[in-house]
Amino acid sequence: METKSIQNKMFVENLSCYFGNKCVLEKVNLTIQKNEILTIIGPSNSGKTSFLRTLNRMNDFNPNFSRTGNVLLDDENIFHMNMEKLRTRVGMLFAMPIPLPMTIYENIVYAPKRLRLTKREKKSDLDLLVEQALKDASLWDEVKDRLNSSAMKLSGGQQQRLCIARILAIDPEIILFDEPCSGLDPISTAKVEETMLVLKDKYTIVLVTNNVKQASRVGSRTAFFLMGHLIEIDATEKIFVSPKEKQTNDYITGRFG
Amino acid sequence: MIKLNPKSSQKIVSFLLLLATIIAIIPVVIIIFIIIKNGYSAISWEFLTALPKDGMRSGGIFPAIVGTLSIVFSAILITLPIGVCAAIYLNEYAKDNLLTRIIKLTIVNLAGIPSVVYGLFGFGIFVMFLGFGVSIIAGAFTLSIMELPVIITTARGALNSVPQSFREASLALGVSRWQTIRHIVLPNALPGILTGAILSIARISGETAPILFTAAAFYVPHLPQSPFDQVMALPYHLYIISTQIPNMPKNIIFGTALVLLIMVLSMSIVAIIARIYFRNRRKW
Repeated sequence: METKSIQNKMFVENLSCYFGNKCVLEKVNLTIQKNEILTIIGPSNSGKTSFLRTLNRMNDFNPNFSRTGNVLLDDENIFHMNMEKLRTRVGMLFAMPIPLPMTIYENIVYAPKRLRLTKREKKSDLDLLVEQALKDASLWDEVKDRLNSSAMKLSGGQQQRLCIARILAIDPEIILFDEPCSGLDPISTAKVEETMLVLKDKYTIVLVTNNVKQASRVGSRTAFFLMGHLIEIDATEKIFVSPKEKQTNDYITGRFG
Repeated sequence: MIKLNPKSSQKIVSFLLLLATIIAIIPVVIIIFIIIKNGYSAISWEFLTALPKDGMRSGGIFPAIVGTLSIVFSAILITLPIGVCAAIYLNEYAKDNLLTRIIKLTIVNLAGIPSVVYGLFGFGIFVMFLGFGVSIIAGAFTLSIMELPVIITTARGALNSVPQSFREASLALGVSRWQTIRHIVLPNALPGILTGAILSIARISGETAPILFTAAAFYVPHLPQSPFDQVMALPYHLYIISTQIPNMPKNIIFGTALVLLIMVLSMSIVAIIARIYFRNRRKW
């Protein structure tokens, strides 16, 4: 059995989010623990994606967005941090795979080059970085012979793993997954899930998903959101075997949503 | 009302639509036909490369060609960087507030101002106030101001055609907004911006009114030596030889029109080819 003590990575305190006058999240309090996969489930409009996009401040680009409450990352308030710096520590994977219109290789080195993560832009350093990122995203074997072909030519599942590799290349601490498998077939989904379980050892993962079964397969803990409220958060087995709230039970057994 | 069965109404409608299309292209075909028929006999190497002779009744139109090209390319060099920067600001940085909306509306409306008004404006500002005199540079600035709204609008269209998701993907990796624009948005918008610029060149090559008071001369017996020289320009030259000079040989008038037409058309064709080329290379 693991005896690692539980470390908290992120604290969410009294977080409320608004788009215009519409409240999409109300007074959410939760913690995200280091090296866990926190899965967030809930029907559409439950505020789970808004919650996720607040954690690396992607919502800040929407001029109608406002919020109250705080989010701490290792005791540092993310809303006082430099936005770019925050996003290199909290990476995000979107629902649809979005490869940038360049080669596989360039996709991986794109952000490290811009952020000057590699000391010198030496070819060999970058090559190593690309290989490591693709291996960690379990894509290396499929693409190692065509690193210089367009990333747009990969299949959907491969593209999504390329996007994971792209995030790994900037070595964040937390990775946010926003319904990463909603456009993928079951086999691609399985591969992405395997990747996530491997990544858990090194990274902290927050996964928003519409697929309740996926949450039960990969989650360490699971949170259930409904209409902008956090209804329940607990160890994944507990949520799925004996949820405290009736609404949670109704949702996971498929009675609504 | 006569009730038609669907089949015959279908036939009638498609015939009417075809008729409208034919009517639309007939004038263009006739114009091109008449210009080529009357003008081709004037075209020769000498016509393209020699100075006018005999009160412009013979010789060539070389100074007018050089004059038009120098005004037009100076204008695009001025207007392109400013227009693209303004488009980037409006599209990528400006917050969507009342001021921004007013600016955008103003730009759209600027494109509708008659070109002779730009000519007068250029005369007042560049020729008189800034003291450039009637010169290439005054004409280039006038044309560039006139073309600015068009460049901004096409550049914004090109920037808009780059999917928003690319920006998000880049920003989510901690890459700054300017780096995202520089490395993702601009490279992918560049084809559209360039095609717009080429079409702009074609469009302003034929403009007469803005250069009438600012750059064009009735007759200059030599090529321009500096940006502050007056020059002959093809559209103005065409106006002069067709209205101001008695006993002008007809084929020289139409030959000049033919040269102007070929210049403009060939630039449009370059733009079309560029667009096809870039579209095939586009990766998404």
